[in-house]
Amino acid sequence: MTEKYNMPDERGHFGPYGGMFVAETLIPPIQELNTAYQQYLQDPEFIAELDADLQHYVGRPSPLYHAERWSRELGGAQIYLKREDLNHTGAHKINNTIGQALLAKRMGKTRIIAETGAGQHGVATATVAARLGLECVVYMGAVDVARQSLNVYRMKLLGAKVVAVESGSKTLKDALNEALRDWVTNVDNTFYIIGTVAGPHPYPAMVRDFQTIIGREAKQQCLAQVGRLPDALVACVGGGSNAIGLFYPFIDDRSVKIIGVEAAGDGVETGRHSAPLCAGRPGVLHGNRTYLMEDDDGEIIETHSISAGLDYPGVGPEHAWLKDTGRAEYVNITDTEAMAGFHALTRMEGIIPALESSHAMAYTMKLAPTMSKDEIIIVCLSGRGDKDMQTIAQREGIEL
Amino acid sequence: MSRLAATFEALAESGRKALIPFITAGDPKPDFTLPMMHAMVEAGVDVIELGIPFSDPMADGPVIQRASERALAHKMSLRRTLTIVSEFRRTNQHTPVVLMGYVNPIEAMGYEDFANAAQRADIDGVLTVDLPPEEAEECSALLKARGIDPIFLLAPNSSDERIKKMDAVGSGYLYYVSLKGVTGAGHLDVVDVENKLNQIRGNTGLPVAIGFGVKDAQTAKTVAGLGDGVVVGSALISKIEANLDDQERAKQDIIKLLTSMRQAMDSV
Repeated sequence: MTEKYNMPDERGHFGPYGGMFVAETLIPPIQELNTAYQQYLQDPEFIAELDADLQHYVGRPSPLYHAERWSRELGGAQIYLKREDLNHTGAHKINNTIGQALLAKRMGKTRIIAETGAGQHGVATATVAARLGLECVVYMGAVDVARQSLNVYRMKLLGAKVVAVESGSKTLKDALNEALRDWVTNVDNTFYIIGTVAGPHPYPAMVRDFQTIIGREAKQQCLAQVGRLPDALVACVGGGSNAIGLFYPFIDDRSVKIIGVEAAGDGVETGRHSAPLCAGRPGVLHGNRTYLMEDDDGEIIETHSISAGLDYPGVGPEHAWLKDTGRAEYVNITDTEAMAGFHALTRMEGIIPALESSHAMAYTMKLAPTMSKDEIIIVCLSGRGDKDMQTIAQREGIEL
Repeated sequence: MSRLAATFEALAESGRKALIPFITAGDPKPDFTLPMMHAMVEAGVDVIELGIPFSDPMADGPVIQRASERALAHKMSLRRTLTIVSEFRRTNQHTPVVLMGYVNPIEAMGYEDFANAAQRADIDGVLTVDLPPEEAEECSALLKARGIDPIFLLAPNSSDERIKKMDAVGSGYLYYVSLKGVTGAGHLDVVDVENKLNQIRGNTGLPVAIGFGVKDAQTAKTVAGLGDGVVVGSALISKIEANLDDQERAKQDIIKLLTSMRQAMDSV
């Protein structure tokens, strides 16, 4: 196959996935956003401002770090970590919020809203809103507000209003519902910064484009450091923004194996998980068609993961497409395995990963030993683990 | 002619406007819905919009969200909603019934299976909130082939082009969402609605029902002066919610409100 990958189509479809499944009131603002996004994507001034912010404010490029000791210990492939944990605010999320906030400013919007699960996207949004002097409201499920109190406090310090969402399961999906309700009510002055490659078109493509900085840098760094492309890419997938950011620039490099790691929670066979690509089926939620966790009647079911950032019943539509076409493979890692990955990286390399990223680490521990020592895996270390200290201590029966 | 088209035509001939109540199927309990539908017809409603409960009703305000949650707690589903309409049709063949909801339960059943089941249940129209024309082609074609009207929304920010598009793809009636927001929110602005209706009329000959923000007999009367139909939802469901331990009282309160709306609308 020589045809270059070029998705989505002009209406936001990745094969049968993606699209624009929203109520009529949101059609005009989504079209307005799409027009602005297409325009500024080609605007050298916008790109220059974005690049400067990514360099001086976010701290890019992030290193591609050869985890030599861990690679030796596992006895197989050489493991390289793409260090998104070293970004300002501690995760890849800010690559996207910087881009969308600059877009909001160009579009003359004065108010920013966002949804958040673990709080990382909320913090990244509150951060850029503070910097640009924009009003900021973050919707967060009441359950998540309780279990991520540190991030709630960070957002408030940054000047954001945090709204605890009490409807439905009171988690990330309900925060997204509530943010969409806010947007439909305040479309004139409000820009909705979605944190992942989900939502209606153009969000999945736009968030991907802002996150591809991860993969573009990684490719360049790998060529510079090793002199060739990697053999495999590994990243965790909740909504899937860090994963698509790493994967996308490699899609046409057919020799590179692409692996997304979903959260298996207590185990896919228990039903208590967040792995729609591995164990869900296609449906429509939050503006796009993708794989979902749902019951036979099409009602969305509750998800489970130790990591709040992966605790979502859907997944970006492009991942659904990459799965169906076989270009990417999706696997899953349980809470217990993720904890092992967390400890391994912490003790072997002195890097404390986020619980989300720990899923990718855990799968790498399975994959690396099956490969030869001259092969290369790039793993996305999407965020740092500071935010998870409470959760981890609690799980291990330690009082802080 | 479809049952909806005939209903709006007969109303137009007699100079009256359609009163269209919305309730969520299975709220507060599955056995409430069927007798409520019959009672609403007796109170003089012209079309019934029946909500399909959904776990993630993104376009709805808190009142209708809670209605969905109560119904789902009793295992209400799209299939059971269709069964209720089949039962309703045993004794009522004249009142149009429109299913209103989100697309995912319909996708889960499969578009074709759903269209067949809706035809068997003698459903008249289907309004899928999160299925704009861009995504609706397949589903609408299956419905139309079975004589079921696909009903689309118009919003305060809909352009002429958009209204023309709805005119082309929709049938039965168009549902004008009178304000930017979710169901049950705020107060509608009469001047705004009037101006918008003029724009809509210039682009479509389909009947226009107006919903969102209709709370009482007074707003129903005002809105009836502007459109061809008045949709009332959250105000009715609030009666259910206020009487969760007394379903008979909830029913009486709903009938009382609808009766007052009917009288006010007919005195325009």
